[in-house]
Amino acid sequence: MLGAEGESGFTATAFNRRSLGFVLAAFALILAASEAVAQIRTTGGSEGIIEALIKWTPLLLLGPPGEFGGFVLNIAVSFLAMAIGTAAGLVLGLGQISLYAPVRKMSWAVTQFFRNSPWLVLLFFVMLLTPFHLRIGGVSIPLPDWLKATFGLSLPIMANMAEIVRGAVNSIPTSQWESAESLAFTRMQTLWRIILPQCVKRMIPPWMNWYAILTMATPLISIVGVNDAMTLTQDALAAEQKTELLMPMYGLLLVFFFIYCYPIARWTIYLERKYAVRI
Amino acid sequence: MPSLTASANKAHAHGWTPDQPIISIRDVYKSFGKVEVLKGITLDVRKGEVVCIIGPSGSGKSTLLRCINALVPIDRGSIKVEGQEVNDPALDKLELRKKVGMVFQSYNLFPHKTALENIMMAPVLVLKRPKDEVEAQARRLLKKVRLEDKADAYPGELSGGQQQRVAIARSLAMNPDVMLFDEVTAALDPETVKEVLVTIRELAEEGMTCILVTHEMGFAREVGDHIYFTDRGVIVEHGPPATFFKEASDPRTREFLSQIL
Amino acid sequence: MESFWDALRSLHDAYGINLVQFYDDFERSRLLRGMWTTVKLSIICILLSVAIGIVGAWLQGSRYRVLKAIVQGYIQFFRNTPPLVQMYFFYFALGPQMPRVVNEYGIAQPMLGSFEWAVISLSFFAGAFNVEIFRSGIEAVQRSTVEAAESLCLNRLQTYWYVVLPLAVRFCLPALNNNLVNLAKTTTQAYAIAVPETLFVASQIWSDHINVLEMMITLLTFYLLLVGVIVWLMTRLERWLAIPGFGR
Repeated sequence: MLGAEGESGFTATAFNRRSLGFVLAAFALILAASEAVAQIRTTGGSEGIIEALIKWTPLLLLGPPGEFGGFVLNIAVSFLAMAIGTAAGLVLGLGQISLYAPVRKMSWAVTQFFRNSPWLVLLFFVMLLTPFHLRIGGVSIPLPDWLKATFGLSLPIMANMAEIVRGAVNSIPTSQWESAESLAFTRMQTLWRIILPQCVKRMIPPWMNWYAILTMATPLISIVGVNDAMTLTQDALAAEQKTELLMPMYGLLLVFFFIYCYPIARWTIYLERKYAVRI
Repeated sequence: MPSLTASANKAHAHGWTPDQPIISIRDVYKSFGKVEVLKGITLDVRKGEVVCIIGPSGSGKSTLLRCINALVPIDRGSIKVEGQEVNDPALDKLELRKKVGMVFQSYNLFPHKTALENIMMAPVLVLKRPKDEVEAQARRLLKKVRLEDKADAYPGELSGGQQQRVAIARSLAMNPDVMLFDEVTAALDPETVKEVLVTIRELAEEGMTCILVTHEMGFAREVGDHIYFTDRGVIVEHGPPATFFKEASDPRTREFLSQIL
Repeated sequence: MESFWDALRSLHDAYGINLVQFYDDFERSRLLRGMWTTVKLSIICILLSVAIGIVGAWLQGSRYRVLKAIVQGYIQFFRNTPPLVQMYFFYFALGPQMPRVVNEYGIAQPMLGSFEWAVISLSFFAGAFNVEIFRSGIEAVQRSTVEAAESLCLNRLQTYWYVVLPLAVRFCLPALNNNLVNLAKTTTQAYAIAVPETLFVASQIWSDHINVLEMMITLLTFYLLLVGVIVWLMTRLERWLAIPGFGR
């Protein structure tokens, strides 16, 4: 892949810089093309494209004042969904290697079900079929939309995390289990003290990969009515009513995500290489 | 200079005649990055000769073979095949490789094609010869290497020695003037080594010009016409087998031979 | 068949389970058309993205660094931005820039409709991943096999098409399988640009008849079946392509 062997993936080689240059050039091209279009179809608007972008950026990034929304909502949803999905996935993954056949089969079924279902369908499922409030005892806790969406997104993460855990545990040599057994460790002890600590390192690259995929799935919540960066972009475009702003505004949204996700991707490659050598 | 033989007519454009060496290597240097692999190799191969190149690993033998058929470009020096300069940037590599066939140490057969298809592929695709003519030749070649019943077998179903014999047949299908063998028996067990060497020996007896990089000293002694010993990128010593194996003068050669023989 | 539909209707009357998407002719045909659109979308995108993958992997092996960098730029762009935003960009931002053609009613409409843009967007998205997958398959082909092809005078294109690609495809089939399944699931995002695929049609039905749970179950079953079929086909393909001497 990119970069010479033995070189940290985080340091850009000339090759990386060139391809990154092309991506940035692509964004610049979008901007330039919109400027050109704007020149051709002057609607008598007062502001240029760059000014419009600067005007809308705070809204897209932070959401409406006083409300939780925008790009930071996307990030927050990604963190929360990842956390919930990881925890649940850990449990589900351990269920898949359980010694009890019913537990194993149930876990396998649940994993396959959530792995193979489209994320948008699961999102709709959770949004439409979970109640607006949770009644615990006599207390009614309102469930805001974004929280429900977060649960919806955490379901496929849970399933994929379970697969990662299962794969990592299966990649530990049987001799580890055998030596632990001969030292009179119980299965739980072996798992938590010996096997899982070794699994952590090899789980991190695929885990980060799924985080990136999750982050790039967060705009889906705009379809189910949450005020994330996508919805706000569309609102902004509706407010401006200028066709020459279409490309730059969507382009701006792409840039936000690119700036966030590209470093994560490069860091993942670096970690993959760093952890791959030791077996 | 006009000449009557067919192969000379082929190479007429470069002024080569069969009395000149068919391969002429002069002062060839090659580095991979900072590592200098060939440090001034000079060698001649005459038509019909069997040349064996021996030496410790890392001495540049395989690199030299790859330079001859332009798989690897050289940094300095000259390699002439039938008068045509290999180092020439305007060289048509495909034309060169039609004259020079090469067999590798391992994994050179195409695993997704049967033995027959392996042999037929290049003449049909490259030389654009008609399929039935190529198939007839391919079956003849398989018979020659004693594998006519394995025509429809996949390489995965053949032993290492059988694969190498098919690989030799495949290179022969292109009717080359020179055959290069890069340690073709190194990955085989002693029994199968014999069957490959017998095939090469028959080729040599039929008059094919062969350059072999090999560890098989017995074979080199019996079939070789000229032996070259390379070490660390230079030719240390060379000579006909009779004198080379008995009266090697350079201490490095003697040390190497004493370890092998 | 009629009696089967009547049985489902009686389910509704007796237990409140509303399977109108099955027993009502109109809704059923709507749903089936939506499912067919999903299948069409999946097939076309799979074929196009595989083609993009093959071409991109070929370009990545080229000697010209500019070409390699352009392909890398394409990959990094499509892998590090959300597919939904890409789709919106293509449909809402690029779409209006396309020239307009006059349809049979005499109305000027954009040249490419939502289905076409969905195909373009999803194919480029999946294609970016496929280039990487094919690249890794190509790198798994032994160097000496490629050298042998070169020594037999095959030129670069012939070597790629007849020797490297057949082997590379066999090596990368599991990863490709995974990617194609993801592609089939990602077609649901075309909902956002009003492509009448399964999710879109289903949402129309449950808006009309308020049978969300039943529709959800139908939807999930459909997609599980679709994924199952793709995995089964790919497994058959893997077995058909298997050559002796590799794997078990």
